[in-house]
Amino acid sequence: MFPTAIAVLQLLPLDGTGTASDLMQSAADLARSGLPVGTGRRARRRAAPWLVIAALFVSLLALLPLAFIIWTAVQTGWETVSALVFRPRVGELLVNTVLLVLLAVPIAVVLSVALAWLTERSDLPGARLWAWLCVAPLAIPAFVHSYAWITMVPRLHGLGAGVLVSVIAYFPFLYLPVSAALRRLDPALEDAAAALGLGPWRVFWRVVLPQLRLAICGGSLLVGLHLLAEYGLYVFIRFDTFTTAIVDQFQSTFNGPAANMLAGVLVSCCFVLLGLEVLVRGEERYARVGSGAARHQQRAPLGRATIPCLALLVATTLLALGVPFVTIGGWLAAGGTAVWRFDEIGLALGQTLFLALAGALLATVAAMPMAWISIRAPGPLQRLLEGCTYIVGSLPGVVIALALVTITVRIAMPLYQTLFTILVAYALMFLPRALVSLRASIAQAPVELERAASSLGRPPLQALWSTTIRLSAPGAAAGMALVALGIMNELTATQMLAPNGTRTLAMAFWSYSGEIDYASAAPYAFIMVAMSLPLTWLLYVQSKRMAGR
Amino acid sequence: MSFLEISGLHKHYGPVAALAGVDLSVVSGSRTAIVGPSGCGKTTLLRLIAGFEAPDQGRITLDGEVLAKDGSAVPAHRRGIGVVAQDGALFPHLTIGDNIGFGMGRGEDKRAERIAELAYIVGLDKAILKRRPHQLSGGQQQRVALARAMAMKPRLMLLDEPFSALDTGLRASMRKAVAELLEAAGITTILVTHDQAEALSFASQVAVMRDGKFSQVGTPRELYLKPKDRMIAEFLGDAIILPAKISGGFAYSPLGRIAVDTSDSRDVVRIMLRPEQIALKRTSREGMSGTPDMLFGEVTESEFAGSMCTVAVRLLNSADPPDAAAIGNTPLILRKSGMDAPAVGEIVRLTVSGTAHVFA
Repeated sequence: MFPTAIAVLQLLPLDGTGTASDLMQSAADLARSGLPVGTGRRARRRAAPWLVIAALFVSLLALLPLAFIIWTAVQTGWETVSALVFRPRVGELLVNTVLLVLLAVPIAVVLSVALAWLTERSDLPGARLWAWLCVAPLAIPAFVHSYAWITMVPRLHGLGAGVLVSVIAYFPFLYLPVSAALRRLDPALEDAAAALGLGPWRVFWRVVLPQLRLAICGGSLLVGLHLLAEYGLYVFIRFDTFTTAIVDQFQSTFNGPAANMLAGVLVSCCFVLLGLEVLVRGEERYARVGSGAARHQQRAPLGRATIPCLALLVATTLLALGVPFVTIGGWLAAGGTAVWRFDEIGLALGQTLFLALAGALLATVAAMPMAWISIRAPGPLQRLLEGCTYIVGSLPGVVIALALVTITVRIAMPLYQTLFTILVAYALMFLPRALVSLRASIAQAPVELERAASSLGRPPLQALWSTTIRLSAPGAAAGMALVALGIMNELTATQMLAPNGTRTLAMAFWSYSGEIDYASAAPYAFIMVAMSLPLTWLLYVQSKRMAGR
Repeated sequence: MSFLEISGLHKHYGPVAALAGVDLSVVSGSRTAIVGPSGCGKTTLLRLIAGFEAPDQGRITLDGEVLAKDGSAVPAHRRGIGVVAQDGALFPHLTIGDNIGFGMGRGEDKRAERIAELAYIVGLDKAILKRRPHQLSGGQQQRVALARAMAMKPRLMLLDEPFSALDTGLRASMRKAVAELLEAAGITTILVTHDQAEALSFASQVAVMRDGKFSQVGTPRELYLKPKDRMIAEFLGDAIILPAKISGGFAYSPLGRIAVDTSDSRDVVRIMLRPEQIALKRTSREGMSGTPDMLFGEVTESEFAGSMCTVAVRLLNSADPPDAAAIGNTPLILRKSGMDAPAVGEIVRLTVSGTAHVFA
């Protein structure tokens, strides 16, 4: 049904990876509940063979990076693999990564639930403004957060710094689904619990929090996967994770077995997270039971707690938005007009926009056959294929890039570092985003409309055009925008795969800040944030509207 | 002795007055129904009694204890009032057993036995306790919600349109079962509904609500047969309203001389009859001769709907017309048993039984 698709849309990342299992779960739900998907057998029509072949091709392509990891492991042989994997350095990285996830994710969960409750369910003054300010940090790429912090506190480094900046950069991924779930929660349940003799705190623990489990699990998975995939953030504060180690290794030994085996361990970590999330989430269904309109929720009076609660929001906003804006502003002021080298910036902007749009287009086109089949002709094969793309979408960009580097170098050298390869990498990384948006929008165009158009005398293609395609266009556009945003702020894969001479905004920012020329990097950070803000706003508005406000 | 006492209750939402002065007293162990069109404020009243919201003005006392008075209120979880919501509001993350046991302490003695017993009382199979709410039908969900509310042995039970989501057949049987159950448990009950038939059949006291006020409170029979005004009359069922002149315990109306429930004498009044007070007997044009106070009509429409048949009858002669033209052209709409309903064009003789009600 729609709500599942919507929930998933809200779980969508703005940069980095897509989330796998919750999407898979919702795919299954969608097919099972079968409301817009097709009422029983009636709507289950046979998909055109070329559509199936296209979908099959895309999923096989999506499986390439995974196949690559397994293939290199087999190629390298067990002796070398164990020598490369079971060594102190890997242990160190593992400890770092595990500690990072174990500390940052729970902190982000507590913070997001508190913020979501305050902005959605309390009478906090200016709740709507605060809600928007809690989403806005998404517009700032993680490595820009880190850049801002290192400017502010130059001595910042290590695990503590990693946890601090990670929570600040990624908590909106939890805030968005949790606040959406809170909004959708049926207030009658809380009334019922109160009538059964539970005080406000116990109502929260026994009724509200369990209902948020799905949102918290999905959001935590998303944050966890981002922590595993993030590169730039941790380089600034000199904190080593698998991803930074893989990139280091790649820069010194190219695609040697050492880098590949590290990638193998990283992929295993991702699978552990995916599995954990499936385990914790459980099989329960949290949808509203029964029919009838949900009543409007009441906001809890904060009373004397208003000031400390406001302080929490002010502090979060200062850390997540104030620090980046103050530092970027500071560097821009310090650099004056000299840092605005318009020829260079214009070039980077042009290249970034081109890559973002081309990548978004490719991802959307690649997602189309599967999206259409999954709605109009669902079946077990389709579900399996779709699941594959979601899993690959949750892999870190560095793994996908490493796979494509190796494959092009060994098998198709002319394709190495070409536009084609980088666009394929983008499409693989961001396929789930495009797929989810497309699917949701096709699902909102019930097949009955197509039939109605046919019965009113439109030939099949025209009927399709005037109903389904028209209706799904906004969704497809939203999906493309999300993909484009992801590409715009992508750093790792772009560095490894882009043709020589490519210099996107993120790359230019990275190379300047690598030379400690923070002032020259500032305009690029500014442009990236400025371009992301409208899309973040869009996401915020969409999440509000979908929850019925 | 009055158990629940409500006086002068006011509640505003912004400029909108949801409740504008409600008074009600409910006898211990009785069943009261609050009925009214949607938006009349009945759910607001229920929410105030439950303690989900506080009234702006007025008092609510339960068994001598003041629950709410002029803006301050005891919170819902300290009231011990059971609530069954329209769609049951079962906790989707808990099994049926845990839903029923939600209000009990976790370590309470014989918790499992109590849950099983409650399930049995509301007519649920034991096997269902391990299931989840979404696996249950609407009727079963309502039973669970009722068992859950009964588990905490409430002093007062509030039912917020609990049957409206159910199928017609199920609704009647559920209503009867719930009424018997609560009666047996001796729990005072208030039902809120927009379905007049439900209100009349369920309760011993019915309160009709309109625009945030009670327009009339009384027994079901009293309300049905002696409504205060035309709107209440029509809300509670089909009504035939006629102009008449009354004197000496009789009304003189287009339907002839009819006994009325007052001995006043007035020239221009409106009287009300329920359609079931008018009997039709087939006859023919030839049979129309007779005493002058006999009343005949012609069937102009007949709509068959299974057990019932709606018949429109146009009066052919009007016995005692103060205002004959008004009724002469408006056919009487009567619902008759589908078996022997007259067909269009047939001539019928009308006879009125019982007394008519005179609007004040």
